[in-house]
Amino acid sequence: MSGINQNWDQIIKPQKSMFQIDLKALWRYRDLLFLFVRRDFVSIYKQTILGPIWFFIQPILTTITYLIVFYFIANLKTDGIPPILFYMAGIVLWNYFSECLMKTSETFTANANIFGKVYFPRLIVPLSIVVSNMMRVGIQLLLFFCFWMYFYFTNEKIEINATILLLPLLFILMAGHALAAGLIISSLTTKYRDLKFLVQFGVQLLMYASPVVYPLSKVPTQYQWILLLNPMTSIIETFKYSVLGAGVFSINYLLINLGSLFIMLLLGLFIFNKVEKSFMDTV
Amino acid sequence: MSDIVIKVENLGKQYRLGQIGTGTLSHDLNRFFHKVRGKEDPYLKIGEVNDRTKKGDIDLVWALKDINFEVNQGDVLGIIGKNGAGKSTLLKLLSQITSPSQGAIKIKGRIAALLEVGTGFHPELTGRENVYLNGSILGMTKAEIKSKFDEIVDFSGVERYIDTPVKRYSSGMMVRLGFAVAAHLEPEILIVDEVLAVGDLEFQKKCLGKMKDVSNKGRTVLFVSHNMNAMQQLCNKGILISQGQLVMDDTINNVVNQYIGMSKQNTAEIKDFSRKGSGSVVFKNFFLTDASDNKIESIIMGQDLYVNLILEKKNDVKAIDVSFIIRNSLGEAISHVRNMDNDFTLPVNSNELKLKIKLEDLLLVPDTYFISLWTGTNSEYYDVIDNCISFDVLNNPEFNRVVYPHNMKVLFRSFWKLS
Repeated sequence: MSGINQNWDQIIKPQKSMFQIDLKALWRYRDLLFLFVRRDFVSIYKQTILGPIWFFIQPILTTITYLIVFYFIANLKTDGIPPILFYMAGIVLWNYFSECLMKTSETFTANANIFGKVYFPRLIVPLSIVVSNMMRVGIQLLLFFCFWMYFYFTNEKIEINATILLLPLLFILMAGHALAAGLIISSLTTKYRDLKFLVQFGVQLLMYASPVVYPLSKVPTQYQWILLLNPMTSIIETFKYSVLGAGVFSINYLLINLGSLFIMLLLGLFIFNKVEKSFMDTV
Repeated sequence: MSDIVIKVENLGKQYRLGQIGTGTLSHDLNRFFHKVRGKEDPYLKIGEVNDRTKKGDIDLVWALKDINFEVNQGDVLGIIGKNGAGKSTLLKLLSQITSPSQGAIKIKGRIAALLEVGTGFHPELTGRENVYLNGSILGMTKAEIKSKFDEIVDFSGVERYIDTPVKRYSSGMMVRLGFAVAAHLEPEILIVDEVLAVGDLEFQKKCLGKMKDVSNKGRTVLFVSHNMNAMQQLCNKGILISQGQLVMDDTINNVVNQYIGMSKQNTAEIKDFSRKGSGSVVFKNFFLTDASDNKIESIIMGQDLYVNLILEKKNDVKAIDVSFIIRNSLGEAISHVRNMDNDFTLPVNSNELKLKIKLEDLLLVPDTYFISLWTGTNSEYYDVIDNCISFDVLNNPEFNRVVYPHNMKVLFRSFWKLS
């Protein structure tokens, strides 16, 4: 047969190499990514009266609840930081992480109807989730800094320092870990739905293993390493250290975090790649 | 031979039947260990030919096996086969929705598949926003959509509602908008799955015209439909798939004729169907034949269809009535046919009854139909079998029609004159 030496644009075969990510295809579909982001943003508060104000109401109400439960009733210390700022900083970051993780972990099951009808790089969907939540957390950070300004000018205990410049890195770490974990979970749930249940309450429980409602410094030193296994621990602590002046900051923790991000992402992409080719048969 | 744009080699796809549960984990592990040791997947060796009417012993089947064909630049290829023959699986493999178990597909140029219209429409977003969303899901860039936006809206005919959320649209409007977006895709290779079965008549004509345009521009189109007439108008080549295997690869006319002529025996085992009723009288066999007594599974509109029923009387009964319901592929009952309609009384003294019921001038629109059988009396059901006979009605070129609107069920022979 002739045609063996032809230049085919595409060859569809049973297996593809394990770590191959088609960056060119991803780039070609960049418009889709932004349209997905837009869709998530525009559609979520349609037919509500308060609309985007919900972005603010959520963290404020949660902060108030924590203030009452953990500060006034349980009497947990907050490293001398005004408790409102302490809780809000943790909540905003934690919400970003948990939203990204929960949503990306549903990638395959929630989009099965679209994925079953048309092909586009599947990675676009989890990426769009990470990006649209990034915009949400950006808005919530603005709210946080409004409160922060108030306390900064009335309370001498708060100090900001140069580590604030690490903020973009913190977001990359959070987004990356959430994405990687989400990819792994969503890939595994296509066949085995067990993980779905684990994620639902696992994320809730994981919050208590992150320094959201308590500072890491209040944890006995010999047990701190357990909490540091959670990548969110050093991220939240670094953030609190940089804008509130109290928290555990160590460049080593961040480097380890970066390393774990690398491994997790590699693993996540590997599994996702493997599953995306044939998940329609098992989902 | 340098203008081959799609080359399919030894393509195969295996599916697992039944449910996915704990059993699959052990299979997966077994597969994994074989792979680690560099051995072939143990489950690819087994598997049966895909015949949905027979019960198999193994729960792995080949939905497609050993498919080889080539498509040249500018060809419009019709893919023909009965329900469950593997057409959709082939489209899914070609459009990369799922990956093959064996073989390879080589493609030259950008490929776009239209397996559904309006994929990814979000009900809360407006028509305008959904055009952009749907367009980019199908692979267009924002700039491309922008430049064609007016054309798309014009084609869809829903200008007035373009800034209304699509959840307020009628289903027809949604389909129109969806197809309008898809029709303005400009890939080198377009795959279309029976989207013509939607929308009203005027719109279907528009779609068909658009598809002709596309093929006239020298682009390659792969088209799946049960509408043989549309196939013959649009396509130049055809492939026939039966039970997961490629039976024929030829010009469209030859393939369509072969398909219509395929008067295979109805292989369904009577005992496989679930039955209800007392069992005093049972259906022993049932099949369809044409005027010259050949067993058939498809019929051309306007021909006579013969329903053959063989009943066996197991206990003495006072009366036997027989009736059947014909349903279309959507499950809508089209007609109920009874022996009483013909003032026909079945004798109760013989143990076996052979009935031949002639349905004259069958003018059902092209679709797949299912017959459910009933026998009993006013007070007792003897035997009821649901959807046990299926047949395809094929279009008759005599009627000068290419498409039938999706809500049309029967064509009347009409005679026109000025008076």
